[in-house]
Amino acid sequence: MIEYLFSHYTYVLVFVLLGIGIYMVIASENLVKKLIGVNLFQTAIFLFFISMAYIDTEGASAPIVPEGGVPLNVMVASPLPQVIVLTAIVVGIALTAVGLALIIRIYAEYGTLREDTLREVRADE
Amino acid sequence: MSSVDLLLPLLIAVPILAATLPIALGLWLDRTGWTVATLTTSALFIGATALASIVYTRGADVTHTLGGYSREFGIELVADQFSMLIVLLVTAVATGVLAYTRRGGPRGNTFYTAYLLLTAGLLGISLTGDVFNLFVFLEITSLATYALVASGDGPEAAVASLKYLILGTIAASMYLIGVAFVFMATGTLNMLELADAIPAAESQTLIHTGVAFIVVGFAVKVAQWPLHTWQPSAYQQAPDGVTPLIAALVSTASAYAFGRLIVTVFGVEYLTAMPNAAAVVLTIGCVSVLAGTILAVIQTEVKRMLAYSSVSQFGLVIAAYGVVIAGRSETAFIGAAIHLVGHGLVKAGLFLGVALVARSYDARTVDEYAGLAKSRPIAAGAIAVLLLSLVGVPPGVGFVGKWYIALGAVQSELWPVAAVIFLSTMLTLAYAARLLEKMYFTPSATAERPHAPAPVATDGGDAGPDDSAAEPARDEPGAAIAAIRGDRSEAPVSTGMVAIVVLAALGAVALGFAGGTIAELLDPFLTEVIN
Repeated sequence: MIEYLFSHYTYVLVFVLLGIGIYMVIASENLVKKLIGVNLFQTAIFLFFISMAYIDTEGASAPIVPEGGVPLNVMVASPLPQVIVLTAIVVGIALTAVGLALIIRIYAEYGTLREDTLREVRADE
Repeated sequence: MSSVDLLLPLLIAVPILAATLPIALGLWLDRTGWTVATLTTSALFIGATALASIVYTRGADVTHTLGGYSREFGIELVADQFSMLIVLLVTAVATGVLAYTRRGGPRGNTFYTAYLLLTAGLLGISLTGDVFNLFVFLEITSLATYALVASGDGPEAAVASLKYLILGTIAASMYLIGVAFVFMATGTLNMLELADAIPAAESQTLIHTGVAFIVVGFAVKVAQWPLHTWQPSAYQQAPDGVTPLIAALVSTASAYAFGRLIVTVFGVEYLTAMPNAAAVVLTIGCVSVLAGTILAVIQTEVKRMLAYSSVSQFGLVIAAYGVVIAGRSETAFIGAAIHLVGHGLVKAGLFLGVALVARSYDARTVDEYAGLAKSRPIAAGAIAVLLLSLVGVPPGVGFVGKWYIALGAVQSELWPVAAVIFLSTMLTLAYAARLLEKMYFTPSATAERPHAPAPVATDGGDAGPDDSAAEPARDEPGAAIAAIRGDRSEAPVSTGMVAIVVLAALGAVALGFAGGTIAELLDPFLTEVIN
């Protein structure tokens, strides 16, 4: 079991990262930190995709077509997950931007970034 | 032939491209947004109708492979009998809601940009045949929704939107993890390819894990208890003109996507054999039905009450999916499809009605609806019809959906589910009846109009419901503020607004009669995926 986990250490790390991300979202009172947690969560998924495409064989290479066509016996990393991750990164950036814009608005209105303070301020109104 | 399948990418690309127009034209002209949005959504509705007539008469799917890459590598768009139902709903509601926003606002050009992006995302969810592409469209839809919710008045809207953003993003990410697991096991992302590859995959554990993540992701997106917390505040804080659109369509499209994954990608047979899948989906659905209705009954705000009602109505749809998995019941699936469309239409109508009432009387709580039937008989009548349809009084569409779902549950001998559906109808009646009682049988206790306005000179002071004559007056800069105030309280409701609520009510009843037709239309699709 331990040996298996060590040989698949990237997956273990990815899921530790996922856990840290979602813990930040739940536990941190600071809205910006919550958003960083969301980002971490997403980044872990990107790494998950990338690590599943990685191959650890002798002579394996990046998925780039060499000059003069593709030899039949070449081992390359799967390019599809990498394309997926590129798209997902774009989506993630858009989400972060919208989230930060909302946080700026909340800060301008309530003067706080902390969720507990925010709850008090809103309860008073 | 070849020109028909071009409609598919056009349905998605046109609103995205048109979304840039309000901003671009806004540099020179002030109020182009509404015109652009109306033209686009009307064109989309016509295109969707044309496509639907082809799909339903020909009885075959229309597919388009983007960029000419075959479906193993590229992205495929598919219009079949199930997806066209949602496409028609999306385009119809998106066109209809504009009848409200013309006068009811929000008015800015950027609003219409987000509006069109949202429409594009929803159409993308309905038409895509690729599980990763589905994620991208889910996120486009969500991003547009966050922006629309945040455009509400006051800072509360921003808080609601941020809550939605964090939960929505994590939900979509959960779905993406699920896709990653399934991709790891099968090596493909195309829905039809996956349908073949999943039962044959070597590592079933990976796929089971993927299913688990996908179920959790969609439970948040569809707002199932206890993961629904984003939804009531988002619906409540969104501008009145936006709530009908997102309440009718956003969760509906997610629920559609979930159903699509169940019947097309994983396949009913596969999920039936998978341990606990049916039990989990059934439990999520049934618990949401009960929790949603009970929470709805105790609400005082009408918008919030309807939001919780959505939790329970989508619970019904998810429970129906559970019946489909547990009993391989075609009837329950027909019920789920009808209920998706019917609930979308009814909720759009109800939220439009609520927006209309809020604009005329600033009435937002159940108590403030007292005596509405006297002062606004047409709107109150339409709201009453929609409420009864939501409860499931025949011939409303709510009845047909629930009937098929309950029938499916009984046929599959899932008695607890049938009991939950019956109980939910009673509880739905509890909150609907509260509102009906206030509107029809409680005389308005407060002054006739709590926010009685002084007659505003610019409006002529006596403008009736149809005051298109007053429209130009509002554009005079000098009278702007007075006119805006005056408009809000004096004659804020245009004929179009009343008409669209009445139209939704009529549609809800008409769809009730069309239940059998929808079942027939879905028949070829069902025989393909369930047997």
